[in-house]
Amino acid sequence: MDKLKELWPIYSKGLMAENPIFILALSLCPALAVTTTVVNGLTMGLTVTFVITSNNVVVSIVRSFVNPKVRVPVYITSIATIVTVAQLVLQAYFPHLYQALGIYLALVVVFAIILARAEVFASKNGPLRSFADGFGMGCGFTLAMLIISAIREVIGSGTLLGQPVLWAGYDPMLMMVLPPGAFILIGYLVAACKTWNAKREREAAVREREQEKGAES
Amino acid sequence: MAEYLTLFIGAVIINNFVLTKFLGLCIFFGISKNLSASVGMGMAVTSVMTMSSILAWIVYFFVLEPLGVTFLTTIVFVVLTASFVQLLELVIKKQAPALYNMWGIYLLLIATNCIVLAVPLLNVESNYSLLKSIVFAIGSGLGFAVAIILMASLREKLVYADVPKPLQGIGIAFILAGMLSLAFLGFSGML
Repeated sequence: MDKLKELWPIYSKGLMAENPIFILALSLCPALAVTTTVVNGLTMGLTVTFVITSNNVVVSIVRSFVNPKVRVPVYITSIATIVTVAQLVLQAYFPHLYQALGIYLALVVVFAIILARAEVFASKNGPLRSFADGFGMGCGFTLAMLIISAIREVIGSGTLLGQPVLWAGYDPMLMMVLPPGAFILIGYLVAACKTWNAKREREAAVREREQEKGAES
Repeated sequence: MAEYLTLFIGAVIINNFVLTKFLGLCIFFGISKNLSASVGMGMAVTSVMTMSSILAWIVYFFVLEPLGVTFLTTIVFVVLTASFVQLLELVIKKQAPALYNMWGIYLLLIATNCIVLAVPLLNVESNYSLLKSIVFAIGSGLGFAVAIILMASLREKLVYADVPKPLQGIGIAFILAGMLSLAFLGFSGML
């Protein structure tokens, strides 16, 4: 139970406070390119979660006998291998999704977030902690993909998961599924996320001050 | 000839890699704060992309395909482009220190970048001939250069604008990129 308590903060920071897309602004290419429908976004999110978690575990296991000088090539090869596995699995069992994601699936290899987590976290921590970190970052990424793709699908085609959700006469705003809509939406989402985090920090500061006052009196 | 021209113009403006395919966004937003750095980055990306496309094409059609191991394409291309860029950096550092001072830092940034990996992958996926691959790579590189230079000139003007606080920094950059992308959509009916 203590172990879980220790792992929870490592996991949960990826969801919001250090969300890879909204806060760190890393790995944006896929977030914009494949989020035209929720299904595509979700597939991409799960693939990245799988890759980042497995890679973190692999890196943290081999970290003690990899010479620091060649660590980046080693990490890249490890990531590329895991991505190839994911590619083959998707191609075999979900050919439609494989086609829809196209080249962006292969490009998971060069997502900055995966290499960054390996370098910043997994190369300094044990397998269990690295697993929690990778899984948290992956979930945060998936969450961001879900939010972006849901907004784009509802406004851009008037559907959610392929089912019409808006009233019958709704005229889809085509721009949202085209590239410009994605850029503009991300801009506003980043701003919203920043405001939310700033507000939370302010509240935390106020609470701290009140506690200090309470302690004095 | 017309075929190559179509491919070239298509790669530069109509299917602009940054603004319609979202590739290379990390460097696009990272570097475009500064105009002269953007010019350097555009040139570095174009030359690296062309050379790594040629290399990847040769490896794919003379090694991977005859051996029947095309499922290894992703791994091989990543290692190939990353090591090629590192090698190039060493050579330039030794042979042309002046050039290295100008561009060296950008080379490190593009060692593992989606745009440098995507072009060789797209080349072999669409079964382009060697000459077509080269034309496509140069076109894509110039398209990236055009986008990043435009963006940098716009962002320099932003310094004088009164941007709402939450949008400052990356937020307004995204919206600006959206506007640029909207403008580039206008080219889509051209060919």
